[in-house]
Amino acid sequence: MPFPILTFIVFLPLLGAVLILFTPKNKSVLIKTIATAVTGMALLLSIWLALRFDHLDPAMQFKELCPWIPQLNIFYHLGTDGISIGLIFLTTLLGFFACIASYGIETRQKEYFFLYLLLNTGMLGTFAALDLFLFYVFWEVVLVPMYFLIGIWGGPRKEYAAIKFFIYTLAGSVFMLLAILALYFTSNPHTFNMLELADSGNTLAKGLQILIFIGFYLGFAVKVPVFPFHTWLPDAHVEAPTPISVLLAGVLLKMGGYGFFRISFPILKDAAIYFALPFAILGMINIVYGAFVAMAQTDFKKMVAYSSVSHMGFVMLGLASMTTTGFNGALMQMFNHGTITGGMFLLVGVLYDRAHTRDLNKFGGLGVKMPVYGGILTVFTLASLGLPGLSGFVSEFLSLVGAFFGFKLITTISVLGIVITAGYFLYMIQRVLLGPLNHAWVNISDISKRELFTLIPLMIVTIAIGVYPMFLLNYQSAAIGGLIYKIGGVLF
Amino acid sequence: MSVIESVRYILPEIILTGFALVSLILGLFVKKKGLLGALCLAGIALAVLSLQESYKAASPLFSGMLLNDSFSEFFKEISLLVTGLVILISMGYRSFSDEDSGEYYFLLLLTAVAMMFAVSSNNLIMIYISLEAVSLISYILVGFLKRDIRSSEGALKYFLFGALSTGIMLYGISFIYGLFGTTDLSAISAALGSGNVNNFTAFISLMLILSGLCFKCALVPFHMWVPDAYQGAPTPITALISSGPKAIGFAVLIRIFLKNFFPLFPNWVDIITVISIFTMTAGNLIAISQDNIKRMLGYSSIAQAGYILIGFAVGTPRGVEGSLLYILAYVLMNLGAFGCVVLISNSIKSDGIENYAGLYKKDPAIAFMLTLFLLSLAGIPPLAGFLGKFLVFAAAIESKFIFLAVAGVINSVVAMYYYLRVIKFMYLDEPPGTFEAQAQPICLQIALIVALAGVLIIGLFPLPFLDWIAASLL
Repeated sequence: MPFPILTFIVFLPLLGAVLILFTPKNKSVLIKTIATAVTGMALLLSIWLALRFDHLDPAMQFKELCPWIPQLNIFYHLGTDGISIGLIFLTTLLGFFACIASYGIETRQKEYFFLYLLLNTGMLGTFAALDLFLFYVFWEVVLVPMYFLIGIWGGPRKEYAAIKFFIYTLAGSVFMLLAILALYFTSNPHTFNMLELADSGNTLAKGLQILIFIGFYLGFAVKVPVFPFHTWLPDAHVEAPTPISVLLAGVLLKMGGYGFFRISFPILKDAAIYFALPFAILGMINIVYGAFVAMAQTDFKKMVAYSSVSHMGFVMLGLASMTTTGFNGALMQMFNHGTITGGMFLLVGVLYDRAHTRDLNKFGGLGVKMPVYGGILTVFTLASLGLPGLSGFVSEFLSLVGAFFGFKLITTISVLGIVITAGYFLYMIQRVLLGPLNHAWVNISDISKRELFTLIPLMIVTIAIGVYPMFLLNYQSAAIGGLIYKIGGVLF
Repeated sequence: MSVIESVRYILPEIILTGFALVSLILGLFVKKKGLLGALCLAGIALAVLSLQESYKAASPLFSGMLLNDSFSEFFKEISLLVTGLVILISMGYRSFSDEDSGEYYFLLLLTAVAMMFAVSSNNLIMIYISLEAVSLISYILVGFLKRDIRSSEGALKYFLFGALSTGIMLYGISFIYGLFGTTDLSAISAALGSGNVNNFTAFISLMLILSGLCFKCALVPFHMWVPDAYQGAPTPITALISSGPKAIGFAVLIRIFLKNFFPLFPNWVDIITVISIFTMTAGNLIAISQDNIKRMLGYSSIAQAGYILIGFAVGTPRGVEGSLLYILAYVLMNLGAFGCVVLISNSIKSDGIENYAGLYKKDPAIAFMLTLFLLSLAGIPPLAGFLGKFLVFAAAIESKFIFLAVAGVINSVVAMYYYLRVIKFMYLDEPPGTFEAQAQPICLQIALIVALAGVLIIGLFPLPFLDWIAASLL
C-alpha cells in the first residue's frame, strides 16, 4: 500500500488536538509547540503532495479507499485532483500561519488550540473526501469548533455571531443532506462515490436534477456566501478573533465554492446549465452589492468582510460562464482570495492589537509611524482591488473574460464592481495611512517579527502568482479541462 | 409449547425477579444503596448472560403468549442496558437516601422484567398486561421522593394520563377481539391475510391501540404528562422513563403495526406521518423556552420520538432499521445526558440551565461529555445521533416521503438552537462566583463513560451495530 499522504494531512491536526487534550492547561508553550508542529507538518506534507502531483492528469490522484459502512456502501475515500489540490495547500498554508498568529490568544489556550486543530481537520477533510457521506461528516465537523472559536474568543457580540453562523450553516447543510440522499437512491447501485455519481447523476431527469441541485445549492450558497444568504458573514467575521477570521474568509468560504466544482456541476450538469443565468446574476449582485456595502463601512474589519462577499461573486460569475477560462478564473479566485483576504484580516488584527479600535475614521497618517505595515497593507490592498501584476487581477480577469462570452451585459455591470472596490480600498488607505497623523497614535509601534513572519509568505504567493499565474494554472487546467469536457461547456 | 417446557426460555426474567426479591428483603437489613445496587447489577449481568444462552425458541411460548424471536432479543438487550445504566446512575444520585434503596431497586428490576415481557408478547392481552406493569411501576418511581411535592404532582399527572390512555387501548383491544375472536397476534395476522375482515373496524380499533402506545412513547397529542413527570421525578427515574418505556413502546408499535397489521398500512400511514411531524415540531418549539434542563430534555425527548417515528411511518425494512438504530443511539445519548444532569445537580444543587454558567471551569470533563451528548442528540456527525437521523431520513427519501424528510431536517435545525443554548451557558459564560470541585461517585462516571463510548463507537464504526439490527429483523 502506498503512503496514505492525504490521511496524514487530514488527521495530523486531529492527532495534535488529542495530544493537546492530554496536556496540562498551564503548559502554554508546549501546547503552542504541538499546534505549530502538526500544522507545520501538514503544510510540509501538502507541499510534498504538490511536488509529486502529476499536472497533466485530470483524474484523481493519491486515492485512498477502504470500506467504512459496507451495509450502506459508504467508503473512507480520499483523493485529490487539480480542483482540490490548490485548496488543500491553501488550507494547510493558512492553517499554519494562522496558528502562529494565534500566539496572541491569552485565555483558555488549551481549549483554543484543541478546537483550532479540530477545525483544521474538518476543513482539510472536506476538500479531500470523495465520498458524499464522508464529505458531509467533515463539512459538519467544521461547524462545532467554529462555533466555540467565535463564541469564546470573539468580540463584544460573539454569542450572537456564533449562533447565527451555526444555525445559518446548519440550515443550509441539512438540505444538502437530503440532496445527498436523493443522489444515493437515484443511483444504481446505490453509491455515495462522487466519481461514480458524476457518471450516473447526469442521466437523471432534468426536473429531478434541478431539485437536487437546489438542495446542494442551499448548503453551498450559505457558505460562499451568495446574496441573500450572506448576512451571517459580516457578524461572524467581525466578531471572530483574527486567526479565525483568516480561516473563515480564507478557507470556509471556499468550501461552498468547492462544493459547486466537485459536486453540483459535474454530477448535475443539466441543472447547472439551467441555472447558469441565475448564477451569473447572483454573482453580479454579490460583486456590486458587496462592494457598495463595503464602501459604506467605517469598521475596518467589516469592510474587509464585505469585500469578501464582493470577491466571492467572481467565483459565481466564473462558474456561470461554463467556459474553461471562466472556471479557471473562478477556481483561481478562490485560492487568491484566500491568500489576499487572509492577509488583509491579519493586517486588520495587527492594527487592532495596537489601537484597540477598528474605526477607520480614527486613524490617519499611520504610514509615518508604521512604514513596514503601511507597505504591506498597500500591497495586499492593491492585490485585493485587482491591480495587474498581483494575483487578484489574474483570477478576476479570467472570470470576467469567461463570463463575457455568454453574459455580456452582466459582465459589464460586474466590471463596475472593480471600480467601486478600488474606490473603497483606496479610501481606506487614505484614512489609515495617509493624511496628518492622529495624535492618539504617536506611540504606536510598527509590525513585529512574528506578524511579519505570518504575512510575508502570503505576500510572496500573491506576487508570484500575479507575475507568473502558471504556477497555479498548471495545477488546475487539466482538471478544469476534464470537467468542462464532461459537462459540455465551452473550451474557451 | 406447553407451560412447563416454556419456563426455561424465560430464565433471564426469572433471574431478575429473584434478584428483585432478594433486594427487597435484603433492603430491610442493609441500608446501603451502593451495595444493593452492585447486587442488582450482578443480577443484570447474569440476565444478559442467560439471554445469550439458548435464547431463541422456534415456536411461541406459554400457549402463544410470548414469542422469543430475534426482534424481542434486541429489545430485551436494550431494556437490560437501560436498567443497568439507570442503576449505575442511581447509585451516584445524592438526593436519594439509603433508607428506601431496597424497595427502589426492587421496582427497577421489576420494570426490566415487565419491559422484557412486553417486547416478547405475542398476544394483545399479554402486551396490555406487561405495558400496564411497566406503567404502574413507573408511576410509583416517579413519585418516589415522597416528601417532594413536585415528585408527587408529576406522579399523579403521569398516572391520570396513563390510566386514561391504557383504558382507550383496552377498548381497542376489545374491538379487535370482537372482530377476530382472538387476541393472538399470529392468528389475527393470518385472518387479515385471508382478507374477509372489515378493514374499517380493524383500523378504528388499531387507532385506539395507537393512542395507548402514543402515551408510552410520549407522542403528540399524548405528551402532556411529560414535562411535569420528568421534572418531578428523581433524575435517574427521568432517565429511565424517557428511554426504557419509550423504546418498549416503539417495539410494541412495530410488532403490532408492521409485523402483524401490515395489510392496513395504507390506512394508517398518513396518520403516523402527521403524528411524527407534530411530535417533532411541538417538542422542539416548546423545548426552546425551557429554563429547567430536565424539562428541556423532556421536550427534546418528545422531539426525538418524532424522528424515530419517521422510520416507522415509512414502514420499509430500511425505515425500521433506521428506527432501531435511532432507538439504540437515543437510549445511550439520553441516558448519558441525564447522567450528566445528575452529576451536575450533585455539585451545584440545581437543574436550572442558567446555573450551568461556566461549568467548563468547575468540571471540564462533565461539561465536555454533556456537550458531546447534546451534540449527538442534535445530530452532529460523527456521533451516534447523526447516524440515526441519517438512516431515518434516508428511508424517508427512498420511499418518497419527501415532506416528512424536509420537516425532519428543518426540525433538527430548530433543535440545534436549544442544545446550543446549554452549551453556550457551559462554555461561553463565566461562572458566577468561586466554586469547589467535588469528588463524584465512581459508578456514575462508569455509566457516563459507557454511554459516551457507545455514542462514539456507534457513530464512527456502526458496522457491527447495523449487522446486529439487521439480524434482529430477520
